[in-house]
Amino acid sequence: MSRRFLTGAVSAGLVLVLAACGGTTKNDNAGSGASASTAAANPNAAAQEGVKMAFLPKQLNNPYSDIEVSGGKEALGELKGEYKLVGPNDASASSQVSYINTLIQQQQDVIGIAANDPNAVCPSLNQARSAGIKVVAFDSDAAKDCRDVFINQATTQGIGEALAKQAKDLSGGSGEIAVLSATPNATNQNAWIEVLKKELAKPEYAGIKLDKVAYGNDDDQKSFQEAQGLLQSFPNLKVIVSPTTVGIAAAARYVSSSSYKGKVAVTGLGTPNQMRAFVKDGTVKQFALWNPADIGYLAAYAGVALKSGQITGKEGEKFKAGKLGDYTIGASGEIVLGPPTTFDANNIDKFNF
Amino acid sequence: MSDQGNRLGRLFSWDAAVVLVTVIVLVVASGAVENFGTSRNFTFLLLDLLPIALVALPMTFIIVTGEIDLSVASTLGLTSAVLGSLWDAGLSIETIIPLCIVLGAVLGALNGFFVTVLKLPSLAVTIGTLALYRGLAFVVLGDGAVADFPRAYTSWVTGTIGDGPVPNVLIPLVVAAVIFGVVLHATPIGRGVFAAGAGEQAARFAGIRTGRLKFWLYVVSGAVAGLAGVLWTLRYSSARADNGFGLELAVVAAVLLGGVSIFGGKGTLPGVLAGVVLLASLQNALRLQDVSNEALNIVTGVLLIVSVLLPNIVSSARTAVRRRRQVTPER
Repeated sequence: MSRRFLTGAVSAGLVLVLAACGGTTKNDNAGSGASASTAAANPNAAAQEGVKMAFLPKQLNNPYSDIEVSGGKEALGELKGEYKLVGPNDASASSQVSYINTLIQQQQDVIGIAANDPNAVCPSLNQARSAGIKVVAFDSDAAKDCRDVFINQATTQGIGEALAKQAKDLSGGSGEIAVLSATPNATNQNAWIEVLKKELAKPEYAGIKLDKVAYGNDDDQKSFQEAQGLLQSFPNLKVIVSPTTVGIAAAARYVSSSSYKGKVAVTGLGTPNQMRAFVKDGTVKQFALWNPADIGYLAAYAGVALKSGQITGKEGEKFKAGKLGDYTIGASGEIVLGPPTTFDANNIDKFNF
Repeated sequence: MSDQGNRLGRLFSWDAAVVLVTVIVLVVASGAVENFGTSRNFTFLLLDLLPIALVALPMTFIIVTGEIDLSVASTLGLTSAVLGSLWDAGLSIETIIPLCIVLGAVLGALNGFFVTVLKLPSLAVTIGTLALYRGLAFVVLGDGAVADFPRAYTSWVTGTIGDGPVPNVLIPLVVAAVIFGVVLHATPIGRGVFAAGAGEQAARFAGIRTGRLKFWLYVVSGAVAGLAGVLWTLRYSSARADNGFGLELAVVAAVLLGGVSIFGGKGTLPGVLAGVVLLASLQNALRLQDVSNEALNIVTGVLLIVSVLLPNIVSSARTAVRRRRQVTPER
């Protein structure tokens, strides 16, 4: 066996070396852009009734996306459309694809998607678009040439800056901090953390040191364990910044039940209802978020506006989004919801989501 | 009498029943579920079941020998991660693809070495390598994803033959299925596989080198998982360390549903392929009907339990009937 196996392995190796001389490499790849829509927008078109819009969040039964899509449901009620919610139980890259395919088969009018991976959903989203379905990305963008518009909860820059400011305020201007993120490949998380790192490199943040970015995969138990691990690995940690609602709640729960309570600050992005108890008991001084229900609400209005021909996704087009007011489409189809709100002991009781 | 019984038995064998049930499900779903029977849905269905069907082929052999390979999905993930990092490093895709398949074979060989040379139980070994290979995948690619693979390749993997309903990737699957089917059911190798599963000792006395046979089965299983990793990465245009997570259970479920005994020695490849199609088309049809994931999981679970229970009930009923026949005096 061994001699014959060796001969085989060596010859296979030779074949590979020969094959290596030539072929398609990364540098041969010209960027491919899908053709932008050529239809003209008619801002005065009437909003269609009965638009069938399906929401496809990163995963089902995630408290955050539940609130997001509830806003979409409310908006579609106002617009007399049909709301549907589908999605995988795990937030893996490829799991959303078969759901998109199902929605194509069901001939939905609009798909609202929070992409787990910007590229994995691309081919099937473009199949949907060629079947006449409008695609609204929200929360976590798909690749730009696979969707019509993207509802951005806030500018990446704005969130990153807010996170840096939280870290600075809560650490008293100097000390060690750590980040507890969601999955390692969550588009939005990574973009915010990138801005946070850039901010920390500025002179006014010179006293702050980022020890580590840990990943809790948006899973309560894993996030809890990661928070515990951070505090054990870095005894001088002053602040845990968690830009995910699952992570911040798990970290706060761990800190509130440990000897670190009052010594280590937990901040980041969370919902008032999850964090209320931790704000009241002093574990958390402040955190920030936009209203997630507004994202779904805006996504639904954008979807119906697309389907009705009021907008096509080009920069500068305007549309009305019910109670949220007027919006203008920015560069590369981005629609920014607005600045995040900071919650603390003084205002948290005004919010219920 | 016994001859007739055997023929009856073969007619109502489990895998024939699975094939029949699968056909019934396909026919009923095409009639009753809106948009199920369209050619586009046929394409989606085949694309979704391809990796499961591909990996199920060598898995059938391994389970028939009485062993198991739970590391296949992690092998797929590690292959995907390596593919991504080599592509990033600027190697040509024509070089990377064979390398990935060789990598899969090496990973399979490691399993084979532990199971056949060190004589460790395959369940423990492959649960270990399931964790090990997935861990290595994250070491290789970390938390990122690599995209921008050559369009010629990605569009071939997602495309169809002459723009009809049949996906291009069905070609390698059909070729592989025919090869595996012929080897299992019509060659000495296949007879060795069944013999090894029926009784290790007896097979050895009959001159079958069960150790060597199993070793190469693991190598093939790894190589096929590597190929599945390549196809998976190109289909989703995204090389990631978590690709194919949990796929091993879908594969084992389909193999068992297809009538392969987990204790080895029994099973057919057509039955397994029917099992794959049955699970995938049920999922597809129920999703089109907006059935929730939870209900879907319940249906799958019940189906599996029934598939394990039914053959036992049938065979014990048969023995009961036979016994009664022996007791009743001739008239």
